[in-house]
Amino acid sequence: MKRLGIVYDNIRLEEKALVDAAKRRGIEVETINCADLKIRLDDGLNIPDVLLQRCVSYFRSLHSTSVFESKGKRVINQLFTSIYAGNKLFTQLLLKNANIPTPKSVIAFSAESALAAIEEFGYPVVLKPLIGSWGRMVALLRDKDAASAVIDDREHMFPLYHVYYIEEFVNRPPRDIRAIVVGEQVIGAIYRYAGKDQWKTNMALGGRAEVCKVSKELEDLCVKAAKVLKADIAGVDLMESNDKGLLIHEVNNTTEFKNVARVTGIDIAGSMIDYALKC
Amino acid sequence: MNCPECDGEIRVPDDAIEGEIVTCPDCGASYELVKSNDRFDIKPAQAVGEDWGE
Repeated sequence: MKRLGIVYDNIRLEEKALVDAAKRRGIEVETINCADLKIRLDDGLNIPDVLLQRCVSYFRSLHSTSVFESKGKRVINQLFTSIYAGNKLFTQLLLKNANIPTPKSVIAFSAESALAAIEEFGYPVVLKPLIGSWGRMVALLRDKDAASAVIDDREHMFPLYHVYYIEEFVNRPPRDIRAIVVGEQVIGAIYRYAGKDQWKTNMALGGRAEVCKVSKELEDLCVKAAKVLKADIAGVDLMESNDKGLLIHEVNNTTEFKNVARVTGIDIAGSMIDYALKC
Repeated sequence: MNCPECDGEIRVPDDAIEGEIVTCPDCGASYELVKSNDRFDIKPAQAVGEDWGE
C-alpha cells in the first residue's frame, strides 16, 4: 500500500479532515510535524514518498519542500508552486504572461517610485505585501496622505516590504470567489462576502460564504491558472470585475478549504487524498 | 487537564490528534496537543507568524 504523509505545523480543521478522509479509505497516513524535523542533508529520508505539504508557515513550507524534493519525494504542491504562488508578484507575472485576466498592477522598488506609481495609477489602489495571507497588511489607499503614511511605515520594516506591489481597486460586487482546484478540475467554489465594515473578503476577517456555481469559464480559468503555477491542488481567488469579468488575483499553494467544504458539502479532503494516492 | 494559565478545565476531544490546537474555555489561552506516552499533554501554541497563511 502506498505511504502517504501529511506535513504540518498546526493541525487545523483541514488537516484533521485529510487524516479522516485517508482513514475512511483504509489508508494509514503519516502525520509529520515539520517543526520537529531534523534532516541530515547528506543522508536519506525515511518518510513517505508522497507528501501533502500543509504547513501554515510559508517559509517552513517552502524550505521543507525544497528538502523533500531533493530527497526524491513527490510533494503536493511542488517547490515551483510554493515559490511562485507564495509571492504575489511572481504569481501575477506568470498569470499575465499566460494571458489569464488579472487586476492591473504595478511594481515599484523604492518609497519614492511607489508613491509616484500610485499617483500615476490613480486612487483608490490596493497595496499588498509580496508574501502574506488572510488579508494581512493589504491596504486600500484612497488618497496621497494614506499612501504616504503606509509607505513610510513600510520603509521601517524588513526589506521585502520595500518592494511595493500595487493593484487597481477592482469595481465589483462586495464579494469574491474561492475555487478549489484538484488536478484538472474545480471541485467546489464559494462566494466570499466581506464582513461588516470590511472591504476585504477574506473569511479570516469574518466574511460569510455562499455556494458559487462552477461555470465553464470559471473552471477553465482556474485550471489554467493552476497549470501555469504547476499546482496539483490550489485555491484560486477571483473577482468579478464590473467591466472586465472574472479576474484572478491570487492562487493559494496550501489552500484552506474548510469554508468551501462547509458551504458546498463537498468532500474536498477526500478528493485531495484520492488525488495524492494517484501520484 | 487543566490550563497552566488559569487552572480552567481543558477538554480534549475524543477524536483529537497530535498537533491539534485546544483552547481554554475560561481564559482563551491556546495550546498544542502533544503525545506523552499514550496520553495527550499540552504545550503553549505557536503565536501566529507573519508568514502564516495559505
